[in-house]
This record gives sequence, C-alpha cells and structure tokens, in this order.
Amino acid sequence: MPNPVIEARGVSMDYRLEKGWLNAVRDVSLSINPLGIHGLVGESGSGKSTLALALMGYLAPNARLSGGAVWLEGEDLFRKSQAELRALWGSQLSLVPQDSLAALNPAYTIGDQIAEVTRQHFGLSRRAAWQQAVEMLARVRIADPTSVARQYPHQLSGGMQQRVTIAMALSARPRLLVLDEPTTALDVTTEAVILDLFRELIQETQAAALYVSHNLGVIAQICDQVTVLYAGEVMASAPVRELYARPVHPYTIGLLASIPRPTTGVETRLPTIPGVAPALGDRPPGCVFAPRCPAALPHCFTDKPPLEMIAPGHQVRCHRWHEIVNGDVAILTQPEAAAPHVAHQLAAESVLSARGLRKTYGGAGWWRRLTRGSARRVRAVDDVTVRVRPQSTLGLVGESGSGKTTLARCIVGLETADDGQLELLAIPLDRRLARRSRAQLRELQMVFQNPNDTLNPYRTVGQTLERALERLSPQPLPPDQRRQRVLELLEVVRLTPDYADRYPAELSGGEKQRVAVARAFAADPALVVADEPTSALDVSVQAVVLNLLKDLRAQKGASYLFISHDLSAVAYLADWIAVMYLGQIVEEGTAEQVYQRPSHPYTEALISSIPVPDPAQAGGRIRLTGDAPRAADIPTGCRFHTRCPRKLGPVCETDAPPWQEAGGGHRIRCHIPAAELLALQVSAPKSD
Amino acid sequence: MVRYLARRALLLAVTLLIASVIIFALTRLLPGDVARLILGREASEMALANFRQEFGLDQPAPQQYVNWLVGFLAGDWGRSFTGTKAPVQPLVVGRLGNSMRLALMTLVISVPLSVGLGIIAALRENTWVDAAVSLLSLAVVGLPEFVTGLVLINGLALGVRALGLPATSTVPDGTLADWVRQLILPALTATLVLVGYISRLTRAGVLEELRKPYVRTAVLKGLPTRTVIFKHVLRNALLPTITVTALSFGWLIGGLVVIENVYNYPGMGALLVEAVKQRNLFVIQAIVMVTVFFFALANLAADLLYALLNPRIRLE
Amino acid sequence: MARPLTLLGLVIVSVFLLMAVFGPLIAPYPFDAIIRGAARLPPSPEHLFGTDRLGRDVFSRVLWGAREIIAIPGIATALAVGFGTIIGLATGYLGGWLDEIVSRLMDSLLAIPALLLALALLGAIGSSPVGIIIVIVLLYVPIVARVIRSATLNLRSSGYIEAARLRGEPLMYILFREILPGVLPALAVESALRFSYAIFLTSSLGFLGLGVQPPTPDWGRMVSEGRESYATTPWALWFPAGAIALLVIGVNLLADGLRRILRYEGAA
Ligand code: SF4
Ligand code: SF4
Repeated sequence: MPNPVIEARGVSMDYRLEKGWLNAVRDVSLSINPLGIHGLVGESGSGKSTLALALMGYLAPNARLSGGAVWLEGEDLFRKSQAELRALWGSQLSLVPQDSLAALNPAYTIGDQIAEVTRQHFGLSRRAAWQQAVEMLARVRIADPTSVARQYPHQLSGGMQQRVTIAMALSARPRLLVLDEPTTALDVTTEAVILDLFRELIQETQAAALYVSHNLGVIAQICDQVTVLYAGEVMASAPVRELYARPVHPYTIGLLASIPRPTTGVETRLPTIPGVAPALGDRPPGCVFAPRCPAALPHCFTDKPPLEMIAPGHQVRCHRWHEIVNGDVAILTQPEAAAPHVAHQLAAESVLSARGLRKTYGGAGWWRRLTRGSARRVRAVDDVTVRVRPQSTLGLVGESGSGKTTLARCIVGLETADDGQLELLAIPLDRRLARRSRAQLRELQMVFQNPNDTLNPYRTVGQTLERALERLSPQPLPPDQRRQRVLELLEVVRLTPDYADRYPAELSGGEKQRVAVARAFAADPALVVADEPTSALDVSVQAVVLNLLKDLRAQKGASYLFISHDLSAVAYLADWIAVMYLGQIVEEGTAEQVYQRPSHPYTEALISSIPVPDPAQAGGRIRLTGDAPRAADIPTGCRFHTRCPRKLGPVCETDAPPWQEAGGGHRIRCHIPAAELLALQVSAPKSD
Repeated sequence: MVRYLARRALLLAVTLLIASVIIFALTRLLPGDVARLILGREASEMALANFRQEFGLDQPAPQQYVNWLVGFLAGDWGRSFTGTKAPVQPLVVGRLGNSMRLALMTLVISVPLSVGLGIIAALRENTWVDAAVSLLSLAVVGLPEFVTGLVLINGLALGVRALGLPATSTVPDGTLADWVRQLILPALTATLVLVGYISRLTRAGVLEELRKPYVRTAVLKGLPTRTVIFKHVLRNALLPTITVTALSFGWLIGGLVVIENVYNYPGMGALLVEAVKQRNLFVIQAIVMVTVFFFALANLAADLLYALLNPRIRLE
Repeated sequence: MARPLTLLGLVIVSVFLLMAVFGPLIAPYPFDAIIRGAARLPPSPEHLFGTDRLGRDVFSRVLWGAREIIAIPGIATALAVGFGTIIGLATGYLGGWLDEIVSRLMDSLLAIPALLLALALLGAIGSSPVGIIIVIVLLYVPIVARVIRSATLNLRSSGYIEAARLRGEPLMYILFREILPGVLPALAVESALRFSYAIFLTSSLGFLGLGVQPPTPDWGRMVSEGRESYATTPWALWFPAGAIALLVIGVNLLADGLRRILRYEGAA
C-alpha cells in the first residue's frame, strides 16, 4: 500500500451560531492514496463541504476544529501557521469550487487569475506565468486558450468557467484536489464532459482527489472509494462497487433505493426514508439515523454505534450490520406497486392542447432599449405544439435555456404567449390569464420549483389552503366545511392536522412542497403543471414528493405536465415525453419509446449523459462537444447542428429539419429518416 | 461601453428635462400672483401689469416655460426682481464658483476619510473599532449641519480661536494656506454629515464582497492577506462606493445651503435663501436648475468611472 | 451592542413624544411670555434652561416647540409613507408603462437635491405648517416608492404570488394581502429613517428662517436666534440645539435597531 496523500483521523468540527458552538462534523476518519478519487456523499447539512475544506486545513471564520487531526503526507495541517498553510494552498492543496462564476473574481481576466497561482508559488514572471496559464487552459481542452485567457469570467459559459477553475486548481500540480460539487450547476451533457475531463486530468497529475457531491449518480461514475456522511457522521465507507452493489447501512440502502432511475418505470413507487435530517445542534444522542431508521431498536436511540470494519475497506456504523448482511432484517419493504395507473396513452382527446405556441422576449421598442439596455430578442418558445392526454403525464425535458419553463408558464398563463392556440378540456383557453374563466382557473393549477417562496411566509398552512379552497371551489364552502377540507387535503399529502396551524418557516423544504401540492389540488384540477418540483430537495425527500404526485394522479384522476432537467425523475412519472432544445421540441413519444430508443441525436446524447447511480454501468458513450448556443442567437437550419454528432452535412445548417414519424406517436425532428435513426439505436450495443 | 454611456447620458437628459418642468411648475404655477407678492398689496393695477410684462409673466405658462428653458440654455437666465434688476446669470455663476470651492474642499476631506473608515470597520467587523465607527456614524449622520456647525464654531471655540480660524468664512484667495484657513470649518461640518453616510455604505459593500466565494478562492490560492484584500476585495467593493459618493453629492449641495448660512459664506446657498425670502423667482429657478445640472453631471461621471472599472459594462 | 442602543433610542423618542403631548401642560410659562426683568438669565432652578435676551423662558419654549417638531415631520412622514407605499406596490407589481412613467417622474424628482427642492417650493407657496408638510411629502414619496418598488419586485416572481394569480385573486388582494406583509420590514425601517430626515429638514428650514413663522417657537429658529446673542446667552442656543440633536439621534438609533431586528439590509 502506498502512503496516503491525505489522512484525516477523528476529525470533529464545530460551528459558532447564535446559540454557541454546535457540533457539525463528528469523529470522521478517511484517507486518500495517490490517484485515488474519494467520494464524499451527503445531503444538505451533512457537513460534507465543511469537512472537505478541513482536509485542506481551511476553516471558515465561524468554524473550529474540536478534535482529531489532518495529515498531508505525514504533516499535521492544523499545527501549521497561516503562512505555512498559505504555502500549501494553491500548490499542494487545491480546490475546485462549486459555483464557478461566483468563485472567480469578476474584475480580472481569466489568464490573470490563473497566473496568480504560479506567480505566487513558483515566483514566475508575469509573462511566464501568463504563458503557463494559457497552457493550462489548453490542458483542460479549451479550444482557443489565448483568447479565453484575455476574457473575463462573465463572458464564458458555465462549462467553460468550470474548466477555468480546474485549470487554476491544477496549475501548480497539487497533491490533493478537493472538488466541491463542481458539476452541480451544470447541465447533464456538460456535466458528463467535465466528469470525463476530471478523470483524465487526475490520472495525468497523479494527484489524490476528494469529490464532494449529493449526487449518487455522479459519485458512482467517478469515484473509487465512497464515504457516506449523515448529520456530520460517517455512516459507511466502502469501495464504490461494493457500496452500490451491497449497501449495508440502512441509510445507504434507503438513499440508493430512493433515487429514481430511468428504468424504475411507472408501475412502482419509490421506497422512501421517512422524516428529515436533524438540524445542527439537534442531533440524537445514540445513532444519528435512529429517528428515521426502519430497523431501529430501542438501544439505537441511546448507544452510539461504532464504525466497524465489516470487510477490507468497508466500514459501517450500525448496531445491526450483522443481521443486515445475513439478511435477517429487511430495510426496504418490497416496493409497493403504485396505484393502478390507467394512462389513456393513445386516447384521441386531450386535457390540454397547445398549438403553435410562441413567446419572444426583448427587442421591444426604443424606449425599453434606452432605459433597460439593449435586450436581444430571445425566442424562448418557438412554435411548440404539445398535448397532454387524460390521466397521463407529459414529461418535458431539456437543459437550461431550452424554454421548457417558459412553455409551462405560457400554458398556465403566468406569461402571455405571443401567438398560438390553447385548449383546456376541449374548450379554447385564452392566452391571457385575466381572460380565463373561474372554471378554467380551477382546472389548471401549478406547483412551483422553489419550496422556500412557494408559500406566503405570513400565513399558516391552514390559511393558505383555506384561501385556495375559497377561491377555487365550485360552490362556496361554509367555514367549518372549509376547515374540514383543509384537514382532508393535509391528509392526502400525508401531513398531520397540526400542520394547519404552522407557518412555512416551521416546515422543511419537502413539507413545504407537499403543502404546495395540496394547494394545487384544492379543487381537483384536471391538469397540474409541475415545474421542477423536486429539484431543490434532497434525494431522500425528493422520493416522497414524487410518490405523492404519483399517488394523487391515480386518486384524483389528474394529468400532469411535469418539467424537469432530471431525466430519471421524469421517467418515474411520465408516460409521454417531449424533449426540448432551444425553444423547440425535437422528439416526442411514449416514455418507453424515448428512453429505450432515443432517436433524435440530441435525446440520444442527453440520455447517454445521465450519471447512473451504478458504478458497474460505465458512463454513456455519446458526448456533446461545445456549449449550447445562447437563446439569443439560434443557429440556422437545425438548431442542434452546432453540436450534433450525427450531422449530415450542409443541409442541417440551412434547412429546418422535418418531423419524422417513427410510429406509435413517436416523432423526431431530424433530416435523418426515422427508420435509420431507430436502426442506429437497435444496433448500438447497450452498455447494460 | 459607449452604448452604455450614451444610454445613461440620454436617460439623464430625459430626467433633466422632466426636472426642469417640475422646477418651473413648482415655482410658477402655485397659487398667488407673483407680481402682487413682489410689489406689495398697495401696488396699482398699472404697476402690476408693467411688472408682469417686464418679466414676461403675462404670457401663458407653457410659453413662459419654453422661453425660460431656451433662455437658460442660451445663457440668459432672466433678471432679478429686486434691486437693480441685474441679470441673474453672472450673479449665480459667481456664487456657484464660491460654492464649488467649498464642495471641492469637502470632498477632498470627506471621501478618503469616510471610505477609509468604512473599510477599516468592515475588515475589523465586530471588534471595538467597528463598533466605534458605527456609533460615530450613527451619532452624526442625522445631525443637521447647523447643529454640528455651531458646535464646531462655538463649542470648540478655544481651540478654534487658538488656530486663528475665522467664525465666518470668506472666499479664499489663491494660496493653499488660505483655502485651509477659510474653508476648513465649513468643510468639516459638511464632512461630518457625509462621513456617516459614506462610511456605512462602504462598510456594507466591503462586508458583502468579503463573503463572496471568490475571496475564498483567492485565500485558497495561497495569496497573502494583503493581496486578497487589496487586489481582490477592494477592487470590487469600491464600485458601489463610487455610486454612493455621487449620490451624496446631492446631499452635500443641500447641506451647503445651511452651512453657508452658518458661516456667512457668500455661496450659492446663501443666495438661494435670500432669493426665497424675496421670492426672486428667476434666481431660484436658475440656482436650482444649475445645481440639478451639476448633480446630474456628478452622476454621469460616476457612471463613467463605474463602467471603466467594471468589465461587465466595459465590454458590453 | 444593538439591544441597549435600540432601547436608548426608544427611551429618547418616547420622552420626546411625551413632551409633544404634555409639554404645554407642564411648561411653567406660556411660550411667548416675556418675563419682566428676567432677560439673559443663566439656567437656574427657576428657569431650568435660562432665559433668552427678551426674557422668555427657554425651557418652556423648548417644551412648546416639541409639538411642532414632532407633529409636522410625523404627519408628513405618515402621508409620504402611505402614498409612497401605494405607488411602490403598484409600479413594482404591475410594471409596464405605468411603472416606466412613474419611475421616470420619481427619478426626476430625486434628481433635485432635497433641500433645494424644499426651498424652491416654499419660495412659491410660502412657509406654513401645511406648506412644510406638502414639501416633505413631495420629497419623500419618491424615495419611499423606490424602496417599496424594489422590495415588491423581489417578491413578484415568488411562488406564492404566482399561485395567487393562478387563483384569479383580485389586484387589491394581491397587493395588500399577499405583497404588503412581505414589504413591512422594509417599510418599518424606511419610515423611521424618513421621520429622522424629516426632523432634520424641518429644523433646517426653521434655522434658515423658512420654518414655522413666529411667534410659535421652532427649535431651528430658536437656534438661529440663539446664535445671534451667543455671546450673552449661550444657553439659548445650546438647549434647543441639544434637543434637536438628541431627538434625531434617538430616532436614528431606533431605525438602526429596527433594521437589525428585522434583518432588513436596505440602503441607508
Ligand atoms: S444503529 Fe440502529 S438506528 Fe442506527 S442505522 Fe443501525 S439499526 Fe438503524
Ligand atoms: S437535422 Fe442534422 S444536425 Fe439536426 S439533429 Fe438531425 S442530423 Fe443532427
């Protein structure tokens, strides 16, 4: 065994809050060997970022190390002076931060900011450091490094910005690279490319890496050892394949099971972990997971389980690991079948139909240009036709900037489409919200993305729901009946009656989202538009909300327009899928058609880029080069031609591709004939 | 950037135009007959009519406005109602020069002082230094200039006399010594008001920058603290301070009106108060319009500086 | 640090409020009474703040003056905050041309330095309590409107406002029941700040001789008179000046405390 590059032993950390010092990380040990990529997984508040920075010897101003030590190649980092640490930071220990735009100084050029590192540590001259910065940019596969070096951070796309931070982190050949959620803000296609890049560069530099993420899919794709953190403690630590294939700790088991996968299918419900992670300073004395653990025994609540080595390199913190390994306790109840879902997949009628919808922003008039600056014209939604069938779910997928949210907002009326026809339950629906009838408002409701502003913070949950009932019910409800209905609604979203008197500030993110779902369902709408309803939630909470949506669809006979960038979540709920790219739909079909035989080159790349939470499944094969064009300058011809791996030739650049029918409602917008596209999918060897 | 500045300038022109209408309307269209107010109750109809005709007050209001604006742009700012009915323009411009000297002196003292205090308070957040600066700015920020001014003149009388500083200020001659001697007290008075305001916003700006992720990036590059603060933080933190300083210029102009009265300094503010008491309309209009113009100019200068220092705008 | 200072501000402001209400009752002399043979007396148990050069009791005049200096800025602030809030809510939420026009108008008003606008206006309408109130309202409506408008803009795209729109809630309900509670912190801090500046302005106008006309006592004018006879009766200057300073500092401490308590990080 080589000596580890970095080794943490028994690290405990505190945060100073108003109440005093609170324990955030407790007794964590881990070590990383050269070339090792160690994953640190945890949900928000698990202490993973705090710990990651501590491995660099860095403490936030309001944090302290209250126990343990960190050694960098045998040297105790926390015994070093600030000056000694400064000599290590940027040279031996580097960080690739989460939000790359915010992590770069807006006032200096890219080249200057990279050159700073080598000037500081190697004493290079200004010119030599600049030259080296340009070389680094080339190493992170930036096509035109000389000109990018002269640009400012805001001029680059998200993917490019992230490459820059990587170049910066690697420019002094560090021993340890800490990657703190470096791809979380990126689109899947970009994420996939950046992950490939990490893998190569870490090989090249011979560094050790700590990869922090909440995304089990990404961890599976890139790491070789994983540590699972929960409420500041290590629950399990194991080689990646083992952890995913044979999870032992109840939390790990629950977490892995609760991730929707493209193959989960519509007929099942996701297993969930009940409850929420404990807040800082509110951690249980025994096993921190006990309040949520399906296998908890009375002594779990009082005795802290030790971290035990159950196999070489595999550690677990659980009193009952023997029984679990032997199969004597089942952590997951057999996934219940979802309530029978009768999707009228080919039904001719539709709940909602939108034809030729268009929405363009900006470029409006000289006055606006004078006061607000030159807004370029952005065709956010450009001639989109979709329909939602009765009791079914249309999943709308696409990356940021594809116009999917704008399309949803035009349909519900929060934005007024410039052009196009809408029909709700076979009755024309005005594009303007103010012109819609009360009945139409009732039938068309929405669940929003951000749980933190979805409820009025100055009203109790009960007041919020009552108001929705009052406004939307077909007949006026007397107050006592309204109260009754509020309790029923709470029950439907699995919240106890006492939630009626709570304020949003007292609710967790998942609970707020459930109230928002209850509000949307107050008057049994025909169609609920859900715009990324789970993207701000932790994995274990996300499953609860997805299950709820699935149940309600069956119970209430509602239809959904479900929008998400997370293709797995969409696959879990949707029976029809429409894929959007730069304001247009490029492929649509049933979930099965789109996921099993993604035929449009873009869909193909998109699905191939999903980080699957299974290390055995190697990453997909198709990678997109280049960044998505900005919505303000849409390419001519096929909008995807600038990145398309299957581009035919000049025809793609000049002519807008036609719709190709692939049968069974499956349509693809491409110059390549549908039959040929389908054939490509069938012949391509599936990696699974 | 050119586009940005052109847009700002154009917008400012629109603002100035509307402001001129407001100024004109406020001074002219409100109740009361100007001629009667000036000439008094006993004036004959004949005298009133003559007066109106002489100053063009007999024309319809829009016409008067246009005449005034055109005249103003051409440098004919009307004539004073009182005394020798002298043209307003030389009078106001002369006084304007005096006020500018005072404003300049104030800015030279107050901007470095308050920006410095704000930065120090932010870098020493939650220490006694920070508390002291906050308390000081809280205490003085709302005090009317005449109170602080009188404290300076009278309260510190002994010290002030010992330094031989005059209680009433006159326009300084060319020498630096005289500038300091004549203007230090009024400038200090104005400074006291500005310091609280600018230093607070500077402190807030620096604190906001300090919390941004790029600062951590800089620290974790292993840069010395000095470089992190001066190269990375202050460069960005001072951007909002530029805007704040330009805005406080408007405040300074108002403050000078009072301060000039406290120190009997022959500036534009003193003239304005006199004119208001005499309802000397053209003088009032001219002074207000000129100040608004300079205020707007200060804002434009700030925009220019801001654009130059901010690559997001410079490269637009 | 915040707590005791906020409390101090609260105490100061309360004392002045009590003075404004009960001052005239406890004042030993009428405000314009010229006490025979008692001119230029230094402070003593008989005349707590001394007498001025005409022989008026400074303590009584300060007490009587409290009413003006609190009532005028108080009424003006209340009106300005009221109008400003309505304008800010409406323009922030509705946007479009209404917002464009109103914002332009407000910006133009803000382009005129406050005291100058006040003087120009008073020059035209003459100084009277109502005149001063009109001036302050005109000065502060744009400022309040701007603050509330930006607070409203921040809330406009939040989920609960959009949910209200999707329920077909009437405009008034959205503005006053959904948005208003959310902008109250901004409003509270802004009101306290405006009140402090209104006192500042009113007393400055008094000092310049453009405030409330004699014989009603006005602290600003008392300072100005006191200055003329400073050599003989310095107390006639220091007491009203001190009263102004104390009141303004008290209101500022209170505003700063509110800002901390409500965690509102707006502009000063
Ligand atoms: S120790 Fe007990 S509560 Fe904790 S994970 Fe194991 S079984 Fe569950
Ligand atoms: S039309 Fe051409 S560029 Fe567009 S997706 Fe098809 S093959 Fe690719």
